[in-house]
Amino acid sequence: MKTGILETRTASDDTSHDGFLGQLRIAITGGTSGLGLALVREFSARGARVAFLARHAEPVAKVERENKSTHGIVADVSDKDAIYPAALQIVGELGGLEVLINNASDLGPVPLALLADTNCEDLEKAIATNILGPFRLTKALLGALSASAREGRAALVVNISSDAAVTPYPKWGAYGASKAALRHLTEIWNQELSLEGIRLLSFDPGDMDTPMHALAVPNADRTALKTADAAARELITAIETALPRPA
Amino acid sequence: MIAATAPVQRSPRAKVMVVDASGQIRDLPRAALIDVIQPGDLVVANDAATIPASLGGVHLPSHRLIEVRLAGVPSLDPDNREFLAVVFGEGDFHTRTEDRPQPPSLAAGDRIQMGPLSAKIMHLLDHPRLVLLEFDHSRDELWTGLAHHGRPIQYSHIPVPLALWDVWTPIAGPPVAFEPPSAGFALSWQLVTEMRVASVQFKTITHAAGLSSTGDPELDKHLPFDEPYRVPQATVDAINRVKSSGKRIIAVGTTVVRTLEHAVNEGKIAAGENLATERIGVRTQLQVVDALLSGTHEPGTSHYELLRAFLTDAELERLATELNRREYRTHEFGDSVLVSRTFNKLAEGK
Repeated sequence: MKTGILETRTASDDTSHDGFLGQLRIAITGGTSGLGLALVREFSARGARVAFLARHAEPVAKVERENKSTHGIVADVSDKDAIYPAALQIVGELGGLEVLINNASDLGPVPLALLADTNCEDLEKAIATNILGPFRLTKALLGALSASAREGRAALVVNISSDAAVTPYPKWGAYGASKAALRHLTEIWNQELSLEGIRLLSFDPGDMDTPMHALAVPNADRTALKTADAAARELITAIETALPRPA
Repeated sequence: MIAATAPVQRSPRAKVMVVDASGQIRDLPRAALIDVIQPGDLVVANDAATIPASLGGVHLPSHRLIEVRLAGVPSLDPDNREFLAVVFGEGDFHTRTEDRPQPPSLAAGDRIQMGPLSAKIMHLLDHPRLVLLEFDHSRDELWTGLAHHGRPIQYSHIPVPLALWDVWTPIAGPPVAFEPPSAGFALSWQLVTEMRVASVQFKTITHAAGLSSTGDPELDKHLPFDEPYRVPQATVDAINRVKSSGKRIIAVGTTVVRTLEHAVNEGKIAAGENLATERIGVRTQLQVVDALLSGTHEPGTSHYELLRAFLTDAELERLATELNRREYRTHEFGDSVLVSRTFNKLAEGK
């Protein structure tokens, strides 16, 4: 089983911060299924204050009801007009922000298709969700994140990546190309903001047993896949490792 | 001056007119701003994000359409549900506020429906259109309603509707301002980075900037309203270090001046939240701020009046002449001035 890989890693020790997560305000996109849902549950259980985004009102309300200290926001990150209203709700409801996790992803054409058979609209949707959405939301929330950094708190953006961002798998063109762009954007932005104390990281959770994976590989042996809960715990450990120790 | 009519925060053609501490005036491209900031200086900006504070609605007792402009809050308490608001009659930003129809007669207890949001008028506040509103909603409901029904306060001199991204400065964080702290439009992450590299410190305060104008001379006499603010400890520490080193504190925007000059007491800045109640003007003895980066303002406005704390009337007149002569653009998306305090009233008072 492949373990989660935190890229753009910088020197830090691996000691957990007891209770540290409980002080964080975290925004997660794609928070009603798969890895996003597992992250909402795990962060909520550990006492963090969480705002999560997803497209459909009913599952948003359900997840909010089931997880304490969470704020559900109905928004589609691929929709340009939805981003600033969502950012307003995130910061308004949480009062600030330390961690943004851009998790919402679009697979591209389903079933997966060769690039030559991929409709432009499917590629556009993958780009809008996997690269433009994280770019816009991060930009809209950069002020809140930088305020945290100036006041000595954590300021971290995690962009969920994939091995398809690195390896050119046939039929994964829309997804792989957009995730590759996101990975590169993450590294550049991380360098540009290093003086401001804001970190941007890519995290590859590995192959997970999620609804998206089932769409991509319908006949996969699910017992060989990592659970979303396990991937969420790995990501949280990686975040604890990446964040500076609180003063 | 010429009205800036396009919502472009950082035009490559933007200019800044610099008045130094000796009263000398220089005209520079705003991209050269870093050249007039010295190593060791501290730049302080307002990181408030702008709430979509314009809410179309219905005054339920009269069934008449109105526009409610949220204009202030008593505190930065995130659970606050009470807002100062100015009520306009039917119409939109295409009509100058001065020419907008009056709203129906308002009274305490009247209910107002604004899309998904509802509120009650608690009091009228010294003017028939200035009210204290209490919303009926939880914090989450209020933010959801504002996000989906509210629009940024619009300006008749800008022909296109403003979106939230037009009015959030690059450093916009806590959504507590009702109009943008527009001096911050001059900031860019490039400038912030250049400052770091040049050993210029950059810190922020959060100030709930209220309305700049209502179009009603009687109502405008109340401006600026009392405005809550927060000064982080990190900003206080930086100010204290810079003051003891003899370097300058440069405020980005009039709200920063209002915050810092209210927060200081006998030379010490207090960290935390407070309510700015004073107006900055000709009688103000500036204790903290040495220079102000601001938009350009017409004589007679409260922002222009604030500049009298920095410059003599003769210097201000000369500045206004130069701004006109060089065709500077005014209003929110216009050009900038960087004015240093040319006299020291504290020292003169002693």
